Amino acid sequence: MITPLLAAMAPPILTRGDGGLDLHAPDGFLTVPVALIMWGITAVILAVAVGRANRTLDDRAIPLMGVLAAFIFAAQMFNFPVIGGTSGHLLGGVLAAVLLGPWVGTIVMASVIAVQALLFQDGGLVVMGANIFNMGIVGTLGGYYVYRALAGAMGGEARGRVPAAAIAAWMAVVAGAVAMTLQLAASGTTPLEVALPAMLGVHALIGIGEALITAAALGFIAVTRADLFRLRDAGRQVAGRSSAA
Amino acid sequence: MTARTPPDEPQYAVAGNRLSRTAWLAIALAITAVAVIAAAIWASEDPDGLERVAEDLGFVGAGADPGFEVLPDYTLPGLEGVASTIVAGLVGVVVVVGLMLVLGRLLARRRT
Repeated sequence: MITPLLAAMAPPILTRGDGGLDLHAPDGFLTVPVALIMWGITAVILAVAVGRANRTLDDRAIPLMGVLAAFIFAAQMFNFPVIGGTSGHLLGGVLAAVLLGPWVGTIVMASVIAVQALLFQDGGLVVMGANIFNMGIVGTLGGYYVYRALAGAMGGEARGRVPAAAIAAWMAVVAGAVAMTLQLAASGTTPLEVALPAMLGVHALIGIGEALITAAALGFIAVTRADLFRLRDAGRQVAGRSSAA
Repeated sequence: MTARTPPDEPQYAVAGNRLSRTAWLAIALAITAVAVIAAAIWASEDPDGLERVAEDLGFVGAGADPGFEVLPDYTLPGLEGVASTIVAGLVGVVVVVGLMLVLGRLLARRRT
């Protein structure tokens, strides 16, 4: 009943058709050896993330993990147009890391990417390790430390949170694209010197969308539930007290 | 430099808290649902960054079919158009929330 109404509102865009999502590589883009190496790297990092989360995750942060995973999943469905008939979408790694820390953030990102591949056939299974690395680790782990450095330079997180996260979010998308390009080149899929400028150009634009959405989400939390910003370190401080780590 | 109040203080009284926790969760999930619906209606069908480069540089054909289908391309088989994507998207939301609650409980368990 509601379908014709929604369909009438919709531009020619009715189904997602061939819309593979940005940076979600299908199987075949990478050779099996490259894909397996990426799986190995990703597995090691995820094991470390699980270990860290096991020591530092505060159970009060669990509902935020759920909401954040849901938001990132939904936002990743929304491809926004960028210049020249190209689209992009949120990755969300910096957002997750700012709120939950780099390790729990990585687990959230890996979970979303795994569900996308397993349930929605968005991203291949052989290349899932690479997809998790490019979209869920580079920008989440790396992005977190870039964010902390930038926020520190801006006088601390309370003051610099939104701009620092926005810049880190942009860098996360670009870094993810570079990682993807290196894997494509290592696979012989496309020469690096041709693919790198193309990937950088497109993702420098997509990264602006990433920065805007990340800033908006953090700004929303700042004015509605600023205490959520404390959940990231809540468990760490308790753990630190007992283990003196 | 950061925590000026005890980290495990039971009631966080912060200037930026304008909503109850329940209200905040409800609003955050509503935003998520709106994002799914908006994606179903308005998401750009243009090729995304990687796809565009793959097309331009002529390696898009290297992509292999997954060989299995559950909710392919964010649609529910048997349902058409926007509704199909909305249902598939909401299923995805429920699945990731459930996964996070389970993983979160497993990971946070030992500490408490």
